Amino acid sequence: MRSAVVVFPGSNRERDAIKALTAITGQAPAVVWHQDVTIPDVDLIVLPGGFSYGDYLRCGAIAARSPAMQDVARKAAAGVRVLGVCNGFQILTEAGLLPGVLMRNANLRFICKEVKLKVANADTDFTRAYGPDQIIRCPVAHHDGNYFADPETLARVEGEGRVAFRYAEGTNPNGSLNDIAGVLNAEGNVLGMMPHPENLIEALHGGLDGRGVFESVVKTLAA
Amino acid sequence: MKARVIITLKSGVLDPQGQAIEGALKGLGFDGVEGARQGKVIDLVLADTDADAVRTRIAAMCDRLLANTVIENYTIDILG
Repeated sequence: MRSAVVVFPGSNRERDAIKALTAITGQAPAVVWHQDVTIPDVDLIVLPGGFSYGDYLRCGAIAARSPAMQDVARKAAAGVRVLGVCNGFQILTEAGLLPGVLMRNANLRFICKEVKLKVANADTDFTRAYGPDQIIRCPVAHHDGNYFADPETLARVEGEGRVAFRYAEGTNPNGSLNDIAGVLNAEGNVLGMMPHPENLIEALHGGLDGRGVFESVVKTLAA
Repeated sequence: MKARVIITLKSGVLDPQGQAIEGALKGLGFDGVEGARQGKVIDLVLADTDADAVRTRIAAMCDRLLANTVIENYTIDILG
């Protein structure tokens, strides 16, 4: 499986994403600078976490308008899988590739801790390596992860089974509506999630629960 | 031509920063504060000289970048 990681000024989790992709897909991802107008032909594009453009204007707002994101939008429309983690999720909502918006955490604090996630839909390209309703551990580290969408959008997202992950067991850290931690686009090939699966993929991390997100894409492509 | 864009959260959208401001004002002893909502002001200087054209261009800027219309409203004031 071929993959690419897009790096923006202020990204800081790209090395984690590169390590995870290398370990799980067996080959190193292409690393793409945000000014590049073309992303190589790959099976999965990852937008890593960080603070692109210092979170100026709104988190992810300026990165969402970068040249590389124009190609991400084109490739997403053509069916290429796109995973946005943390700031990458914020960029995807700002680019209009995912519904809703990530607002300031309800308690106004930067939150860096481990949470529990429930696999809300195990029949997606990003979750099929997990079981239905499986509870996994996953770290979060963000200031703006409070998922919001208008009631009509939220009802549509819920009705179409597009919530991939929810914060579980009372661990919603940020006030997200319906405990939403990760959502898919209507076609199911774009996932945004605030927690960092790439930070729980080897024993030294203290667990392997995050591997499933990447393994799911590998499994999907192999099918 | 100068213009000011005021960006505010739509009503009904939770504004934890506004709530914190409201709480702090009450903490300082300002009675009767019944609400506080925070937003942004962006001042623009444009080469255009026609107010209507400026307004149209800034609306496009707001829709494409300056505001996230999922949660924000904007108003445009032409300052001359």
